[in-house]
Amino acid sequence: MAKIHVNTTINGAPTEFLCDANQTLLDVLRDNLGLTGSKEGCGSGDCGACSVMVNGRLVCSCLVLAPEAQGMKIETIEGMAEGDKLHPLQKKFVEMAALQCGICTPGFLIASKALLEKYPNPTEDEVRYWLAGNLCRCTGYDKIVTAVLDVAAEMRESAR
Amino acid sequence: MSEHRPNTEGKYKWIGTRPDRPDGADKVTGRARFGADFSLPGQLIGKVLRSPHAHAEIKSIDTSKALALSGVKGVITAADFPDQPNLIVPTGEMQVNMRDITRNIMAREKALYEGHPVAAVAAVSEAIAKQALALIKVDYKVLPHVIDVAEAMKPGAPLLHDHLLTEGANPPASKPSNIAKRIEFKKGDAKAGFAQAEVVIEKDYTTQAVHQGYIEPHATLASAAEDGQIQVWSTTQGHFQVRGFCARLLGLETSQIRVTPTEIGGGFGGKTVVYLEPLAMRLSQKAGKPVKMTMAREDVFRASGPAPGGNVKVKIGAMKDGRIVAAECIVEMQAGAFPGSPVGPACMCSFACYDIDNVYIEGFDVVSNRPKVAAYRAPGAPISAWAVESTLDILALQLDMDPIDLRLMNAAKAGTKTAYGVTFNTIGMVETLEAVKHSAHYRTPVKHGYARGVAAGFWFNIGADSSAASHVGEDGSVTVISGNPDIGGSRASLALMAAEELGVDYNRVRPVIADTASIGFNFVTGGSRVTFATGLAVVNSVRDMIRELKVRAAKIWKIDPEAVIWEGGMAKPAGNQVGTFEPLSLADLAAQAGRTGGPINGHAQLNVTGAGPGFGVHCVDLKVDEDTGCVTVGRYTAAQDVGTAIHPSYVEGQLQGGAVQGVGWALNEEYIYNAKGRLDNPGFLDYRMPVASDLPKIETILVEVPNPQHPYGVRGVGEVPIIPPLAAVGNAVARATGVRMVDLPMSPPRLSAALDAARPRRMAAE
Repeated sequence: MAKIHVNTTINGAPTEFLCDANQTLLDVLRDNLGLTGSKEGCGSGDCGACSVMVNGRLVCSCLVLAPEAQGMKIETIEGMAEGDKLHPLQKKFVEMAALQCGICTPGFLIASKALLEKYPNPTEDEVRYWLAGNLCRCTGYDKIVTAVLDVAAEMRESAR
Repeated sequence: MSEHRPNTEGKYKWIGTRPDRPDGADKVTGRARFGADFSLPGQLIGKVLRSPHAHAEIKSIDTSKALALSGVKGVITAADFPDQPNLIVPTGEMQVNMRDITRNIMAREKALYEGHPVAAVAAVSEAIAKQALALIKVDYKVLPHVIDVAEAMKPGAPLLHDHLLTEGANPPASKPSNIAKRIEFKKGDAKAGFAQAEVVIEKDYTTQAVHQGYIEPHATLASAAEDGQIQVWSTTQGHFQVRGFCARLLGLETSQIRVTPTEIGGGFGGKTVVYLEPLAMRLSQKAGKPVKMTMAREDVFRASGPAPGGNVKVKIGAMKDGRIVAAECIVEMQAGAFPGSPVGPACMCSFACYDIDNVYIEGFDVVSNRPKVAAYRAPGAPISAWAVESTLDILALQLDMDPIDLRLMNAAKAGTKTAYGVTFNTIGMVETLEAVKHSAHYRTPVKHGYARGVAAGFWFNIGADSSAASHVGEDGSVTVISGNPDIGGSRASLALMAAEELGVDYNRVRPVIADTASIGFNFVTGGSRVTFATGLAVVNSVRDMIRELKVRAAKIWKIDPEAVIWEGGMAKPAGNQVGTFEPLSLADLAAQAGRTGGPINGHAQLNVTGAGPGFGVHCVDLKVDEDTGCVTVGRYTAAQDVGTAIHPSYVEGQLQGGAVQGVGWALNEEYIYNAKGRLDNPGFLDYRMPVASDLPKIETILVEVPNPQHPYGVRGVGEVPIIPPLAAVGNAVARATGVRMVDLPMSPPRLSAALDAARPRRMAAE
């Protein structure tokens, strides 16, 4: 079967790739484009480790077919830091030990960034419900939730 | 609120601080490479054909059509591996038999559980590999299966292994059965103890199999060369174990295999054994190309080791004042398809929190048509603790005693002899109970509609083999090399100890995890041993390096090495009497190394003993929705005797993560098998692990009772936190509803059924 040619934008850079009709966006990111920061934990949209932004919307890239990326703007964990400057969430996750093994971390960071862009002033409950689509088996979520709330407060402070 | 009560205030510069972890930037940017992130040019994709049957004889396997498919480069079955002797080897807290391992990685005579590998292929693409699997013809003779432990123990149950005679049976076994082993531990005279008791509580409990639930599925990449050398990249808790097992399974020497551990996306004990590695290696040998293999989540559930379920009978006899005079515990535990459940530690841990004169403990290791169990955080202990700590709560209620006071009255302390024979040295059970008793949580009255539960837990912790090396770079910065995959921040704890020992800035010490060819042997990352045992190896390697640094300074100063001391990261003369010299820094000594004897390195290799046991006490406030049986956790505190918290944030993280895994075990997680012996919930949607919105903050109390057998007082901390939550939650549920749950999990369907069944009794009581 002929491959499908897809034109897209990934982390701000125009990107084209060839894929099979049944390949997922996650497979293409990881296998075709070498962007292995997005992880596959389940392949069924239950764990959130493959979270990316597609046109500003938080999605599990394992549930998106690669051809659907045509004309879309995709943001992955690889685009979160600016040059050598970590995003405040990335910095805070390290500072506050909000990761142990680190496999779920890219997904949590993408999801947390999406939360703060939409709701800059979330309550603890809102953070917990927003992140309920991301599984972490190491931390018990405590330090992740605290880190996100701290960053939200700092970002509000610096926006003043 | 979290408390950290260091007993080392002001004693250390680096230990007890919370710097950024050395691998932090890599792990928040997607740069860190985990198991499935490794690829090689020209690699093939390997896939496993798994048994659809719970129990079946394999009459024949025809792989000819698969091999003939264009793009298929190799097909293997059990015939591609030499058979193995009946030989027990250690894998962490658990032991495995080589005869069984080779049968577990690839079914030989029989498929023993749904998902059991029967063949594997390597092809140029995943799509072709999948097509090839469909072309393999396996002729099965389906056999009757048995899933439940109690059923498996009955005479006449379907037999998994014709050769299996119960080890330790009394009288000795003459016929094969599914009971692999019987063990017992005795202290004093339990019968006499119960005769003396004024109150006796007796209860039966059950738990279901649960999975470790690491988010990263198993993954490996193997590249075999024509000269017999093989390189492997694997997500594992023990790359030396991968090397050792695979050398035996493939008939190679360990020096022919070089295993590089990738970053590991969780393990909790489940990545201490091999599944894909030997298959990828054999396929790579056959195809002459690198072979990459990953498990789908479904495979992880069906075919990688869950933690066992078990049946536990507990009997506790006490005096009216709360003093426990006799205790008995009988544990029947799932081993999965091959012998070797953690029934031993389950038995040993059952009453280890308490000082009891008369104890009888008996355990049974039972095979059934389930995947072979693997270690999971304090293997076995949560199961017996669930039963024992629930029974203690019944006793506390019956005697109208505070549950912490009851435990304090009976707590183990230094000098307490356990039922399994060890006499405790310095331990912190009493301090940990006191810490909870005086915590903000426990002193706050329970909120309306909520109830409070308390439970304790014990784990031995282990030491075992570790190697480490330290190198001074040309500019005086330091590299510390060890061989344990960093599963939760151990690079940071090792670097902190090295910086402390050396008297240099933490950021000048770079910790590196070496592959199997680049550092001496290291036992697995498991048993809460890395910060303790590998930490000791690192400390000793730094001391070895400091000894050499002193020799070099002595050479420069032309004095005796004994007259040099190491202080604040500098070599200094021991006193004025040896002469006046400017101190020499690491950079000074490194700059002159060429003239004083060459590179400056230190090494250490140890078999570490003296692991300090850990005790945990957890306290939970929760409410129960009477209509749905849904439990909401409102407040949670985990306290633990942690020795010295080297990096307190990661110690807290161990307590929080373990507690939440325990809450999942208590409330929702279970393997559900259907009548055909097939797993009905092999995915995260139906195997329900806790998510952020299920939980409150997990407060921690780090109680520091240093381990006297470690230079910095380290105790392992990772295992204990999963032990208390099961009963802490159950005890709170019982106090909330008046219904004592004895079967896990306390999921909404089970709990609402129990509440419905108890309704007439509860209404009568009102």
